Amino acid sequence: MNINVDELISNLTSQTQELINTLGTDQPLMIGIYTGGIWIAEHLHASLKLEKPMGILDISFYRDDFSQIGLNPQVKPSKIPLDITDEHIILVDDVLHTGRTVRAALNELFDYGRPASVHLAVLIDRGERELPIDAQVAGKRIDLPPHQHVKLTGPKPLKLEVITAI
Amino acid sequence: MQHFLTTESLSKDQLTNILDTAESFTNVDGGTVKKVPLLRGKTIINLFFEASTRTRTTFELAAKRLSADVLNMNISSSATVKGESLLDTLRNLEAMHVDMFIIRHQDSGAAEFLSRHISPHISVINAGDGRHAHPTQAMLDMYTIRKIKGEFKNLKVAIVGDLLHSRVARSQIHALRTLGAKEIRVIAPRTLLPARIESLGVKAFHNIETGLKNVDVIVMLRLQKERMQGALLPSEHEYFHLFGLTKERVALAAKGAIVMHPGPINRGVEISSEVADSSQSVILKQVSYSIAVRMAIMAMLAGNQS
Repeated sequence: MNINVDELISNLTSQTQELINTLGTDQPLMIGIYTGGIWIAEHLHASLKLEKPMGILDISFYRDDFSQIGLNPQVKPSKIPLDITDEHIILVDDVLHTGRTVRAALNELFDYGRPASVHLAVLIDRGERELPIDAQVAGKRIDLPPHQHVKLTGPKPLKLEVITAI
Repeated sequence: MQHFLTTESLSKDQLTNILDTAESFTNVDGGTVKKVPLLRGKTIINLFFEASTRTRTTFELAAKRLSADVLNMNISSSATVKGESLLDTLRNLEAMHVDMFIIRHQDSGAAEFLSRHISPHISVINAGDGRHAHPTQAMLDMYTIRKIKGEFKNLKVAIVGDLLHSRVARSQIHALRTLGAKEIRVIAPRTLLPARIESLGVKAFHNIETGLKNVDVIVMLRLQKERMQGALLPSEHEYFHLFGLTKERVALAAKGAIVMHPGPINRGVEISSEVADSSQSVILKQVSYSIAVRMAIMAMLAGNQS
């Protein structure tokens, strides 16, 4: 099953704009989670004409399965361009599944300071959560059984695929 | 990889993996990333049977940046003085549920000995054993070289000085060969070169002027006076005159060559102050990078990675 990425991105963009309208600022700080989240965040950042530079979060050092699977050697240092204290943050990821990546991202984020608020925007929410975490905006919400996974490849072109684990 | 004992047995992929992981712990300004929770709840013991400043403190900083609990034990002033054997000391520390030992010992093979007698869930890192190996120093040197000079396959490296007593040089030579350095030279008086050192794949020189010609990296070694027995050298003054690194000698190397030293440096013995403090010297960069490299090795062992 292939999903039309452009449609999802345009959904996500308009919903994110609506979300920003409800925040106390028109200039939130956008932060993408490595790697797919960064591709999506770059799209959003450009089309919403955000002025503050985009941040990058690599949560590898904050994962809860480190002692089982070890470290990914391709880890890139996180780049948070400014002091996040009192900022309204929009955290962006490609796929929301168990919620563990977002948990790790929040932990890392709070090591940098105390933001005014954090909202989560994802391209696709596929269900099967293991933590009490939710996305405020999603390009699409579907329910997939546990053995199926959504995979985003990119950055050019961005492609979404549903993979069935054997 | 459960233990990290020597660079000798490791493949090119493994060494490159360590360097890449260290890269991910390095900040843009050459420092390390801020504290990360990777080793939270793990206990690491710095077991030092021999004096050390740089190695012990950078291991300690590295462990703390990974959120581990660190204990420093200087055994020379502790139980072994009261007659406890190495293995008994180890058993007692093991009983405290330690996850990792970082050991420095004056005897070659000490780290390997410990690794063979330790409980299977504990990792051992060799922080220098006798004349045998000092693999984390070699890795931070490789990291410094790659960071500043790039690909190993284009590089000529000269290691200068007391190779006879140097565990650093041995570990460097193995790592440089595995990583594919173009040429490795060793430069020393005959009394300070191990016999048949060419079998390690290096070219030996007894004249520093010839040896340094066109090299890209100069690695100086400390004259290990404390390990010298018998008349290996006429005098320090004579040694500096013949093998000390001076500005004039650095000029013989390739343009932009870097000068390295594992420290502590003996100014006026193996290296002149002028060179040690020059812009070509990366000696303090080596110290800065050592934290990221040691973080990488500890994280990889704790995550049980190849």
